[in-house]
Order: sequence, then structure tokens, then C-alpha cells
Amino acid sequence: MTDTTLTLDRNTSQPILIRERKSGQHWLWLLLAGAYLALPAIGNEYWLNAIVVPFLILSLAGIGLNILTGYAGQTSLGSGGFMAVGAFATYAFLLHLQLTFPVALFLGGVIAALVGFLFGLPSAKIKGFYLMVTSLAAQFFLEWLFLKVPWFYNYSSSATISAPRLDAFGINLSNSLGKYYLVLTVVAVLTWVAVNLVRSQTGRNWMAVRDMDTAAAVAGIRINHSKILAFAISSFYLGVAGALWTFAYLGSAGVQSFGLSRSFQILFIIIIGGLGSISGCFIGAAFISLLPLALDVIAQTLFAGRVDAGLLQNIQKAIFGALIIWFLIKEPDGMARLISNWRSRLSIWPLRF
Amino acid sequence: MTGSSQGVGDPDAILEVRNISLSFQGIKAITDLSFNVQRREICALIGPNGAGKSSLLNVVNGVYTPDSGEILYGDETFRKLKPLDAARRGIGRTFQNNALFKKMSVRDNIMTGLSRHSRTNFIEHALRLPRARREEIDFTQRSEDVLEFLDLRAHRHTPVGSLAYGVQKRVELGRALVSDPTLLLLDEPMAGMNAQEKAEMAAFIKDINQHLGITIVLIEHDVSVIMNLSDHVVVLDYGRKVGDGTPAEVRANPEVIAAYLGATH
Repeated sequence: MTDTTLTLDRNTSQPILIRERKSGQHWLWLLLAGAYLALPAIGNEYWLNAIVVPFLILSLAGIGLNILTGYAGQTSLGSGGFMAVGAFATYAFLLHLQLTFPVALFLGGVIAALVGFLFGLPSAKIKGFYLMVTSLAAQFFLEWLFLKVPWFYNYSSSATISAPRLDAFGINLSNSLGKYYLVLTVVAVLTWVAVNLVRSQTGRNWMAVRDMDTAAAVAGIRINHSKILAFAISSFYLGVAGALWTFAYLGSAGVQSFGLSRSFQILFIIIIGGLGSISGCFIGAAFISLLPLALDVIAQTLFAGRVDAGLLQNIQKAIFGALIIWFLIKEPDGMARLISNWRSRLSIWPLRF
Repeated sequence: MTGSSQGVGDPDAILEVRNISLSFQGIKAITDLSFNVQRREICALIGPNGAGKSSLLNVVNGVYTPDSGEILYGDETFRKLKPLDAARRGIGRTFQNNALFKKMSVRDNIMTGLSRHSRTNFIEHALRLPRARREEIDFTQRSEDVLEFLDLRAHRHTPVGSLAYGVQKRVELGRALVSDPTLLLLDEPMAGMNAQEKAEMAAFIKDINQHLGITIVLIEHDVSVIMNLSDHVVVLDYGRKVGDGTPAEVRANPEVIAAYLGATH
């Protein structure tokens, strides 16, 4: 994030000196150091595996969809399907080629990117709501494919896949700390890549296509190339997230883990977090994974035993839906914007007016 | 695309509009229109509302495909050009109702205009490889130069959508200018501006033409601005050319006076 400070400099011919300062970067390093060193030390196994790992993977999936929807402006309900492609492709590379996990994971992402590229081709002709319907078709087709073709789950009777082994170049990752470090490293690297992309000419082209595609062509931007690239890169992220979800979080999973409700979950993450914001993906994912826990704790302490557990679950969902509606109305730019507004308000406090 | 090199016609002309006709569902917008634009001149298109001025610019940069006729640009002849190909050949364009990327900052908007000069791919962007970093520094510098030239530096990080209309017009000019165009098509660059803003914009246009040597075709309604600014005036009325010459010649042309002032017949 850059801040611009204006200072009056009377000694030079240039009256106003504009200095750009990168702020917040040291916070990022601190956060990363905390995630690598402090969290495993203070957090117990339940926290790492049941809360932090899924939160990180959902953030990654959020980044994937946000690249497509938040930055390039192409709507999609196929996130779950692309996650499944990544999971099943990674499984195939692990099983048939005996690759080490990081390599299989990367190639799984590449396969997902190819599938995303294919399903992105109609975006050259179709826009908005109709494109969303196309992505829905992709979702249903992929779900069907991974259920009906037993080769994908190696003919197992449960139609699920689980990692034959989890290692990175000889280092065993199958314990909970190993999985945590695997997920954290992948998410950290891919977040860095995403930030690079959205701040580059590639990212500016995406946003130009999103804001006004006819003007983008007149400005010299290759619209179709930009859109299809967004589909491919987005699917790469979703594919990697799907593989991590299967092998580093669930352990074993079938295609039902990547249904339409997963697509909606990822969509809610970026709506709540903020369309067109990388940090928003983490905020949205934290919200989505922590809110149910918080509601659970509140419900347990307030109505322990007095209210039916099933009813509580439904109340949770209702609160969730209400919050999403509230966000769409009050802050379409999501929590990332909300927080940055608070920050700028705080920085000029008490000069509020 | 039907690009072919036929070195016919005026050797000094950068743009030749030849027998262009355009209609929308049977309604004729432009009828058999021909004129030349000389290299490095400022050519003004004038005429009443609905005369076909914007439509003509849209034909030149490929937004519309003409029913007949052709466009000679540089040493190529086109029947049908796409906006992207026009941009890549150095035809810059601004619109009557600003066509900007509203959620992006002023500087990012301007930097999008540099796409045709980008020689790096997305993998280099993703990993911030040296070539991508060098290009980013170069692009930022080029955009800063344009921001400074158009007096937009104070707005560089402001989302374009929150700026005043007149400032947005300058941003759009900047986006076209940063691409280092050979030909700049400006559709009413001074629309909705007060006298001071108009004078500033006219000075920018004059500067761009004289110091950067960019040929400019612009649409404008303010006759005094046109007389001061342009080297060449083409007058349209109901999609036909009714006048073509220097500002003084055009002002003396009775047909132009009739079209503009609605003289009694």
C-alpha cells in the first residue's frame, strides 16, 4: 500500500515535494514470521488443522475467484468444479507418475488452468449473467465427470481419493505440522504472485476489461486474451486450492466436497472480503471460517442445551445470509474497504470533519 | 482485415477518408464522404448535431464498419479495421462521453494506454522478473511524464470515477497520449468545460501537435476555439461534406453559413 505525503519545500524551485512511501510492508513480514514461527508454537493441533489450514486454503481459492471476478470482471459459479479438477489431477500425478507432492500439486494446477482456459473460451462472446450460466454448466459437467468416470478415483468403492503419501522432495509432510507448513508456504508464494500480477500490466488490463471492455480495445488492450488468461490463472489457483483441500485438510475427499455450495462459499468469501482486493480474500475467508465458530460459542454459552442443535445450525445460516445481504447493500466493496475506511478515519481523528 | 499497401493519393496525407458511406438500419449517417488529413496538422470536424462527426471518428478507428468506401492510414488501406488494430497502429482516441476505467486510479488508467508497447508476458509479471520490473519502471515514468504534462499529478492515486468531468477529459486524453500515437482522434475534448478549462485544453492540444508532432483530428462546436486552433476544417451536414479548407476559407463558404446559421433559402 502506498501513502502519499505532501510537504511544502520552500528551498527548491519545486514547490510541492511528493514522496511515495510504502507502508504496511513490515507488518506483512511480521505476520508471515508469526505464521511460520509463533503460531505452531502457541496453537494446538486442533487449531492448526481444523481452523488455520482450511482458512488458508479458502483464502487461496478466494484469490483464484477474485482474479476472475473481482479483477477481470467475469462472473463464475464454477469454482468448485475447478477445485475438483486440481484435486483429481494432482491425485493422478501422485498415483500414476509417483511425483513428489509439490510437483504434482503444481501440475494439477496447470491441468485446472487448461480446463479453465477451455471453459473461458465462451467469455469472448458471452457476458455477465449468461456467462455465469455457462460456468454453472462447467460446474455440473465436472461434478458429473468425476463421479461417473471411475478412473479418476482409481476405481475405489467409495469414489473418494486420498494421497498415497505426502512428501516434498523426501521430507515427510503427513503430520499436522508438515501439512500446515505445506499449506502456508503454497499460500504465501501464490499470494505474492497474485499481488505481482494485479499490480502489473496484466492486472491493469484485467481491470480495464472489467470497467469498460469497449474502451479497453480502443486503448490497445487485447480483450479476449485478457479474459481467457484470467480464466486460466484463476483456475490454476482454484485447482491448487482444491488439491490442498483434499490432501492437506480433509485427507480424503470425493467430488461432493466440490459441489455448487463450495462455489457459492468461495463467491461469498470474495463478496464479503471485497471484490478486487487480495487482502479481502483473507478477510472474507477468516469471516466465513470464524463466524460459524463464534456463533457456535455464543449459542453454547447462551442457550446451552435449551435450544435444539439443528435449529442453531439453521439460525447460523440465516445470520450468514443476512450478513451477505447487508454487505451487498452497505459496502459493495467488502470488508477490505470497510477496514481501510476505518483506518483512514482513524488516521485523521479527531479532525473528523 | 484488408490491409494492403497502395501508395496512391496524397503523399503528405497521413489519413485519407475515401468515399465512406455508413448507415444504421437504412438511415444514412454518412454519405460518400472523402477528405484528407495532412501529417502533423490539426483538423477540425464541425457540423450540427447528428451531422455524422462522431460516426466518422468511429469509422476511422474501427468501432463502426462503413457500408462502402475505404480508409487509407499510413501506407495501408482498410475497408474494415478493428478498434484494437487501430490502437496498435497508433490511432489514439477519446470519446464524447468519457470512456474511462472508473474504479481504477488516474495513473493506472493512463498506464493501460501503454499496452501496445508491452513486450513482457504474464509469467514475467507474476514472478517480477527483471524485464517486467524494468518495463514497469519505464511505464511508470512515461505515465508520470504525461501526468505532469496534463497537470494531473495531484490526482494520480484518485479513482477516476470520483473526479470532475473536466479532469476526466484530461485523463482520457492522457491515456491516448501515453501510447505515443501517430494520429489522435478527439471527440469534443472541450465539451462541458468553462472558458478557462477550454483555453487550457486548447493549449494542451496545441502543445501535443507542435511539440510531439502528433496529427490531430478533433470534433468541436466552439467556433472561436476552432478558428484559433485548427489548420484545416471539414464541415459536415446530414452526413455530407459541405466545406473543406482553412478556417478562413470555411468561414467564407456560403454553404457552411447556411448549414450552421440556418440561412433562409
